[in-house]
Amino acid sequence: MKHISTSGWHKIGLFALLLPAANAASAQNDSTWLRRVPPAATDSVPGKMNMDAVYDRPFLQMGKMPVALGGYVEANTAWFATDGVSEGLSFQLPRLTMFLSSSIARRIRFLTEIEFEEGGREINIEFASLDIQFHPALTLRGGVVMNPIGAFNQNHDGPKWDFISRPVSATQMLPATWSNVGFGLYGKFYTGDWTFGYEAYLSNGFDESIISNPENRTFLPAAKENPERFEESFNGQPLYTGKISVRRQNVGEIGLSYMGGVYNKFQEDGLTLDRKRRLHTFAADFNTVVPHLGTRLLGEWAWVWVDVPDTYGQQFGSRQHGGFLDVVQPVLRRKWLGWEKAVFSVVCRLEYVDWNAGTFRETGGDIGDEFRAIVPGISFRPTAQTVLRLNYRYEWQRDILGNPPVRTAGWQFGVSSYF
Amino acid sequence: MIRLLFFSLFTIWLLVACEKTFPPLPDDAELLDGPVEGLSEAENRRFLAGDVAFNDEVFTATTGLGPLFVSTSCGSCHAGDGKGHPMNALTRFGQWDDTGNQYLHLGGPQLQHRALPGYSPEQLPSGAPFAKLLPPANTGLGFLELVPDADILAMSDPDDLDGDGISGRPNWIALPAYLTARPDAVSQTGRYIGRFGKKAVVYDLLQQSARAYNQDMGIASTYEPFDTYTSHEIDPEVSNQTVQDVVFYLRTLKAPIPRDTDAPDVATGKTLFGQVGCAKCHRPTLRTGPSSIEPLAERDFHPYTDLLLHDMGPELDDGYTEGSATTSEWRTPPLWGLGLSKNSQGGQYYLLHDGRAPNIEAAILLHGGEGSQSRAAYQALDAAQKTRLLSFLESL
Repeated sequence: MKHISTSGWHKIGLFALLLPAANAASAQNDSTWLRRVPPAATDSVPGKMNMDAVYDRPFLQMGKMPVALGGYVEANTAWFATDGVSEGLSFQLPRLTMFLSSSIARRIRFLTEIEFEEGGREINIEFASLDIQFHPALTLRGGVVMNPIGAFNQNHDGPKWDFISRPVSATQMLPATWSNVGFGLYGKFYTGDWTFGYEAYLSNGFDESIISNPENRTFLPAAKENPERFEESFNGQPLYTGKISVRRQNVGEIGLSYMGGVYNKFQEDGLTLDRKRRLHTFAADFNTVVPHLGTRLLGEWAWVWVDVPDTYGQQFGSRQHGGFLDVVQPVLRRKWLGWEKAVFSVVCRLEYVDWNAGTFRETGGDIGDEFRAIVPGISFRPTAQTVLRLNYRYEWQRDILGNPPVRTAGWQFGVSSYF
Repeated sequence: MIRLLFFSLFTIWLLVACEKTFPPLPDDAELLDGPVEGLSEAENRRFLAGDVAFNDEVFTATTGLGPLFVSTSCGSCHAGDGKGHPMNALTRFGQWDDTGNQYLHLGGPQLQHRALPGYSPEQLPSGAPFAKLLPPANTGLGFLELVPDADILAMSDPDDLDGDGISGRPNWIALPAYLTARPDAVSQTGRYIGRFGKKAVVYDLLQQSARAYNQDMGIASTYEPFDTYTSHEIDPEVSNQTVQDVVFYLRTLKAPIPRDTDAPDVATGKTLFGQVGCAKCHRPTLRTGPSSIEPLAERDFHPYTDLLLHDMGPELDDGYTEGSATTSEWRTPPLWGLGLSKNSQGGQYYLLHDGRAPNIEAAILLHGGEGSQSRAAYQALDAAQKTRLLSFLESL
């Protein structure tokens, strides 16, 4: 995720980038000039996988121009209380994201995703890559890539999800949305109803902030605060990310992924500062739809191992694990208020993260630093690209010592839509 | 239309019912944190500023942490403003009598046993006397700070003139240059009464805070400007305002609220507490002197301490000391909040100065020296009486 200064020429450049979008908006009534290109439904296109999420989005095609635009917006309201104390009602615009894709030539395409977070406080390039396909089984990708660890990182668009908050395990343990400058290969193979996919990238990666940050825990997302990683590697060592996945048509998909590398600055100007310290992450993800019931199940579980210096104490854990399970049960599909395929769903998410797995050296007792949440809710999709969501969220957060949990609960209502 | 009406009514009901779905506010008596009642709005703002600095500010290498340290934030050692866990125990070393610390040149008096990557933490020098110390609870410190020196001296009996076997005495300490003695201070050969710390070598909450920033986190301030790694004077890494906000926060934390005070077992236990002699050192009631913070001024409060040093015998003699205390002397720890200690210690007790006692009874049985008479009296109680006494202590 590339961070851009909100001042100066960068702003002007972004404004220029958005101008075509404004023109497109003003021309929406001219159907001959502006054409909506919906994404192919996942289950209707053989071989469509999670790894395709970055292009599996609706775009607006302008005439015969080889450029397509798109994006999504999320707006929420939330009312939470922690241990009986509420800060009241708040309204949020967590993100406004723009896509721009271009077919440069046959089998050469470019896509970028620019995200405005929290009303423009942060502007990030989350994805900006050139894909050159030599064969369906071999495509070269270079630029700002989203490291394929787990499923959520690559498939995080708000309108695709029936929950307002992003999974804590994916965003506070794994660092979604996590993207870096790098190069890699990906491809797919087909055999009957089966599709096999692979991805492998080398990119810039993490830094020492993952064990030295205001969260006071081993916290991989802390590395996102370092904008320098888009200019140069923190330590000259590449981050390896790889994923293999398999999908069976009309059944579901399973993915296994790995991301790892050296995170610390072990030498500078030829001087040794420390030994190389590595981190390893491993994730398993799946999604499926239960036949007849239409229940959609999807989840992700990940493990993190970090070589934390022994001298650093146990505040910063060397092992983490956590994940989430989403259950989405459509209960009503019908034409309603003119929407041809409106869908009401009942949903529930279960979440768990242990940021510091293990036992205390001093006492042998379990280290806490755990998080649990349950999120029941309802969602309404007037169309596939727009979702209204009402979630009730209840969280338990234990501190590192395992003291009685801090309980937070509240209501969230929000809308999210591609445009 | 009917559906729309139903949906609207449901939404209204939902909004009204929202607050019922929130986690309930815990009983104030079950929490150690929170301000003393009656602060002004301006004082509330200052309390919040101190709360943020104490509980939310985590130091990193880029904000001055270390390079040698014990912890990364104030709140790490004092979860919920309660008593600490062995994970956060301090090791202090280097002094065995009143001639001072002989290991200052080797990193004494506090071992910074953690270090930033690339640095080596301190090692305990071979042969150095030491003691491990658990972080204390923070609650009610402002009340303790305001006990007049004269009242502390009135409780002391260094030569045991009354012959009750209890001979509490103050730890007379030298003040660092940045401290000013309180208006009612009593001095003895240029030294003043220490009242904080396990050995009572800390004069007030400013000294406690500045020392903790420096020795626990490796954060230099204008008060304690020397880097614990190089021993050089360095630029401040925390502002005076932040330190003072933390002092104000500690000063205005509420006193722990006793629970189940009307329960018959607790009431009986309180009587037994006095009868077996615990209250000779763990004084139930003290009184504050004047203060500019109105809710703290001229108030009776119930800390169960006399702020004096007592000889606890060989059972608690670790061979290490500070100030003018002997190695077996410890300041009487306040017992208020004792029953809530588990909630900040991960669900189980770690009592006494280093957490060696896993429950209250074990702590009582480790009282030697001046505490041996009370220990014997406790042991002479029948099982039901012991249970009542322990119930009382749990209610504090």
